[in-house]
Amino acid sequence: MIEVNNISKVYEGNKVLDIDALSIPKGQSFGLVGNNGAGKTTLFSLLLDLIKPTTGSITNNTIVVDESEDWKPFTSSFIDESFLIGYLTPEEYFYFIGDLRGQNKADVDALTSQFEDFFNGEILGKKKYLRDLSKGNQKKAGIVGALIGNPEVIILDEPFANLDPTTQIRLKQIIKELAEKKGVTILVSSHDLMHVTDVSERIVVLEKGEIIKDLETNAATLKELESYFAGNLTAVQEEE
Amino acid sequence: MIKHFLSLEWKQYFRSSYWQKSIALNILLVFFALYFVAVFLVMGFALLPVLKKFFPDQDPFIIINNYFFYWILADIMMRFFFQKLPVMSVKPFLTQPIKRSSVVNFVLGKSAMSFFNFLPLFAIIPFGIMLIIDGYSASVVLTWILLVILITLIINFFNFILESYSAEKELSILPLILIAGSLFALNYFELISFTDLLGSAMTSISNNSILILIPAAVLGLVYVTNYKLLREKLFLDSSLKSKAQEVNASNLEWTKKFGDVAPFMQLDLRLIWRNKRTRSSVFIMVIGLLYGLFFYPQPMYRDMVWFFPFIGIFVTGIFLINFGQFVPAWDSGYYKLLMSQNIKYEQYLKSKFTLMSLSVILLFVLSIPYVFFGWKILIAHFAAAVYNIGVNTHVILLGGSYNRKKIDLNQRAAFNYQGTGAVQWLIGFPLMILPMIIFALINWLVNFEAGIATLIILGILGIVFHNPLMRIITKRYLNSKYKMIDAFSQDT
Repeated sequence: MIEVNNISKVYEGNKVLDIDALSIPKGQSFGLVGNNGAGKTTLFSLLLDLIKPTTGSITNNTIVVDESEDWKPFTSSFIDESFLIGYLTPEEYFYFIGDLRGQNKADVDALTSQFEDFFNGEILGKKKYLRDLSKGNQKKAGIVGALIGNPEVIILDEPFANLDPTTQIRLKQIIKELAEKKGVTILVSSHDLMHVTDVSERIVVLEKGEIIKDLETNAATLKELESYFAGNLTAVQEEE
Repeated sequence: MIKHFLSLEWKQYFRSSYWQKSIALNILLVFFALYFVAVFLVMGFALLPVLKKFFPDQDPFIIINNYFFYWILADIMMRFFFQKLPVMSVKPFLTQPIKRSSVVNFVLGKSAMSFFNFLPLFAIIPFGIMLIIDGYSASVVLTWILLVILITLIINFFNFILESYSAEKELSILPLILIAGSLFALNYFELISFTDLLGSAMTSISNNSILILIPAAVLGLVYVTNYKLLREKLFLDSSLKSKAQEVNASNLEWTKKFGDVAPFMQLDLRLIWRNKRTRSSVFIMVIGLLYGLFFYPQPMYRDMVWFFPFIGIFVTGIFLINFGQFVPAWDSGYYKLLMSQNIKYEQYLKSKFTLMSLSVILLFVLSIPYVFFGWKILIAHFAAAVYNIGVNTHVILLGGSYNRKKIDLNQRAAFNYQGTGAVQWLIGFPLMILPMIIFALINWLVNFEAGIATLIILGILGIVFHNPLMRIITKRYLNSKYKMIDAFSQDT
């Protein structure tokens, strides 16, 4: 589904991302982990054509993302709060996204009603603007907004951050259910190793813009990741 | 402590992307500032001879004092619109060992350093010098200068009191205009002569320097009031207090008539109505509509036919200019969303175009009563409206593609420079001046009808070629996509 070819991004001489090849097949649930500055958000931004690659290209379903916009109808994402429109109510926001994705109000209502548990009664029918919601509730609205219109590729940057424990568990459920549906490719980045191994079939570890590990998730993956990141720590301590 | 604050201010100013990116804008602002300084200097030196020439049998010093009332009214109005209490992000300080009082005093002290407070000095000091040369007693003149400085500072702090009350209310401009208007009217119809009252007060203070303590006391009072107001706000709970704003939801179904631009039209209408910043552009529309009343009632302007299209462009295009110049910055807060969503740029721009065109038509209809001042005015306004729709809308949308400044919608301010780039300043003038020049030229070379016809033809050409023009504009937006995303995702 997604092919990354020789992509790199350089900011003022600093190489922040450098990936020779990465291929994500259709229907895979893909987890991206890495410390701050590892290039996770950069990779997602390149995927969404929000920044221009220095070299290389990314194709999404054989469409080169920075040459054509035809990938947009089947791709959706929630990267950060700047994906929300503060002066709309959550309902209006969902309808707006729905309009853009060819869904009428009834379609959108049908979809959002499935997430009543997830919303925990704090989103719908509250007559509040998105800007007046708490960070966590904004995130919930943004994530559900990214599920409107039956997208085939869903990109979520740090979806677990800022959520309360109950909601984190519910979100894991949602992601798993989506992954079980055939043909939906989900890309999730996270700092929470446990959550990300829980929901992903495959985990890629980025460090300083390069792929360090590429793992099929199994029972031992979490341990391996933990020892890798802990090892990082001891390595730093030894250097000092 | 003050030293730390000052160094923070310095860094904030020079490290903001605002400064680094738009030297042109800063140069322009400096240019404006120098212009005003020059005007005031000339005024200061020229005032005394001019007054002597026109009112040879009156004491110019007394005249000045009598007219000071109008100066104060104008000053308050100007400041209310243009001057804002200096912003300082206080949250980081609250948990540090810093006295709250020193934060407040610093903010207030900084406001006293405003350009608005220095500007009058450029007029009153030369005027004072001229008075002394003319033989007035130096002590009287010096007291007078001190008095004017005190009054300026009183207005400075008084303005912030006004603003802090009006910030909590909607339609905040109206009460101020009403109060200022009624003061003016009371004075004008000589029910209460504030001019004389203030004038004689100023004259007597100047003659008895000890009385200067009275305005000094007033200054102390407004300062303390401000201090108390700010001090109260310096607690986190006042900013954390969730202001659960009731939503005024309407589904805006009627926009469906506009077809595939409907979702964007709905978004734009909500944008305008639900944010203070944009809502103020609706109120400015009302002021703009009345702009013609400054000119048309005066016989002097009624014969200046070449001037009509300028006013016509302004009256029918005030919303166009005010709203259009910040496309696409209005949407800067969620620009990444728009760019990764399944949208056609052309629809997005078309929605803005439709909105602006509708506003021009609406404003033209509302401005029809100007026909009272002559049918030529109505015709000129009509031509200006057509020109606005056909030419200016496209020009302003094109200018928007050069926009690189984020607008934080949640900030209040009628004349907040935030989001205003040098390009916008430059684009605002030709929008009004160019049609005026075209018209004036043809009006002068041929006649009135030919001038009007030219403007209308230009407008119609723009409307006819709307689609190809929009394609060119869309291309420009696409070309600067990454730059815009990058600029809009930066904090100021």
